[in-house]
Amino acid sequence: VIDPIFLAEAAVNGILLGGILALLALGLNLIFGVIDVVWIVYVDLVMLCMYAIYFLYQVHGWPFWAAAVVSLGLGAILGVAVHLLVISPILASPPINQLLATGGLLFFLQSFATFLWTTDHRSVRFSLPSFEVGGIFLPATRLIPFGISILAMLALYLFLTRTYMGTAIRAVAQDRDAMSLMGANPQRVYVVTSAVGGLMAGLAGALLVFQYAVHPFFGGQFGPLTFMICVLGGLGNMVGAFVASFLMSEIISIAGVIWSTEMGYVIAFAVFIVMMFLRPGGILAKRE
Amino acid sequence: MRTMPSHAGGVAAAALGVLLLAAPLVLTGGWGQYALHVLIQMFIWSFIGQAWSLMGRFGLVSLGHGAFLGLGAYTVALLWNFFGLTPWIGAVVSVVATGLFAAVIAYPCSRFRLVGHYFTLMTLAVGEVIRLLIIAERDWTGGSLGLTLKTAGAHSLWAIQFADRRVFYYGALVLWMAGLWVWWRLDRSMARSAMEAIGEDETAAASVGIHVTRFKIGITVLSAALTALGGVAYAQYITYVNPETLSGIGVSLRIVFAVVLGGMYALLGPTVGTALTIALSESLRVAFGLKFIGMAETIYGLLLVLFIIFLPAGIYGSLARLFLRRHAGVPA
Repeated sequence: VIDPIFLAEAAVNGILLGGILALLALGLNLIFGVIDVVWIVYVDLVMLCMYAIYFLYQVHGWPFWAAAVVSLGLGAILGVAVHLLVISPILASPPINQLLATGGLLFFLQSFATFLWTTDHRSVRFSLPSFEVGGIFLPATRLIPFGISILAMLALYLFLTRTYMGTAIRAVAQDRDAMSLMGANPQRVYVVTSAVGGLMAGLAGALLVFQYAVHPFFGGQFGPLTFMICVLGGLGNMVGAFVASFLMSEIISIAGVIWSTEMGYVIAFAVFIVMMFLRPGGILAKRE
Repeated sequence: MRTMPSHAGGVAAAALGVLLLAAPLVLTGGWGQYALHVLIQMFIWSFIGQAWSLMGRFGLVSLGHGAFLGLGAYTVALLWNFFGLTPWIGAVVSVVATGLFAAVIAYPCSRFRLVGHYFTLMTLAVGEVIRLLIIAERDWTGGSLGLTLKTAGAHSLWAIQFADRRVFYYGALVLWMAGLWVWWRLDRSMARSAMEAIGEDETAAASVGIHVTRFKIGITVLSAALTALGGVAYAQYITYVNPETLSGIGVSLRIVFAVVLGGMYALLGPTVGTALTIALSESLRVAFGLKFIGMAETIYGLLLVLFIIFLPAGIYGSLARLFLRRHAGVPA
């Protein structure tokens, strides 16, 4: 029998992990919803940003905030580069070609990272305190990223609802053809969306280094999970992705404590598969 | 148009056939053995690519064929290692089991109308579940370390283990040709028209009396069963199975890459794409050796992106279209 305190701790860790997963899922879902292309390579961009932080902060001794700013900028640049160099030329191609082009990019980035930095796991060390609340340990390395992640998602929400560009992005997500008919330029919206999505990848990278070591295959650890969260929440549905992140992270965290990490993922993916059949439009969608 | 201009095509096919049959007689010595090894891999992976394209050409884009491959390979390997069951029977068991598994997945997909991105991501999840289960059940499967088949001497027909590569070469050749035959039969059947109609518009297909669910499940089971057979062949040849090389997103993507690169609507498309990707990765590996680890794969990834951007119809598809337009004057 498992001590309930472990389960409680797992549940709390699940919430803290969910915050970061939600950030990843929202970034990917934004691109998904607006450009309608699956960026299989998304979490590999996060991986590059994590390397940037590792080298600037850990190796070259930059202050962390400066390294994080570079990570954000790098993410945005990578996002725009992926769109302009890979997605833009094949926007009219069948979806499978778009998927595979970003898949090829995934092979490229993983192998290039292996070539440059070998397969060593590199972690950034922080000396931050831990708090104890009712027998549950809450390390600051988890609390701080969670808090920043929630703030960032709030900022994204305000950007999408309160600014002109944000409104344009939501309009394209709703009806791409109608936007062209209104004389709007979708290409500009796509570039901005890719930049914002990349920016969020950069931020997620800056938050993930608090808990995870970076290595060339980091994308495989979170990539599939991030897609599934997006689909579970409903493609393009931001609130759904947010809720789905916490659902998945709780399953992974609690099942991980009861059985093993792999079984945690297996159960989470199985839940995803079943939910796909029951609610193909996402967990928050109304039944047809 | 799928028929080649018959005369020239027949001569070319006969010449290729003689060449493939005679290859093991010519390819001897160290490099010859290596060439045979590469050819065997090309046949097996082309067969798997053909199996994938049976679904892919009708818009059922699966990123979960690693699941079927892994199930096939691990079933036969585990039955042999733990129960001493001959792979001849093990292969039948694993193909049937994988077919059933595919039916269990395909039924709700069809029933609940899971198509497009949703179908693709669902299959991706299935592939990951199988990979993680193989890793989680490490007591039997060896986890991420993989599993080596128990040896049964240098030559054993009972265990399908042969030290002589030529046996595997002819076996793989037969497998590949059987795959071509299945593809060709399907291409000429009523099922193809039905599946094409379903791929275009399910509701319209159903309204003219096509049994959508039955066809979709049928094609998925066929594709999965053949993929499992390919997994069995690969496991028997390499005598080692590993969750990363036989299941999960990595291998699934590689299969799809090869097929799309070659062209999934043509008989020889999957073969051309597979042969090309294997030749590419092997020659890069030979060129770089152990000097620049990761460099070969880096170039491989970059070329894949470039191919997909600049040759969207696939290499064989684009060439065949060009050829047909010039010779027969038929717009492809």
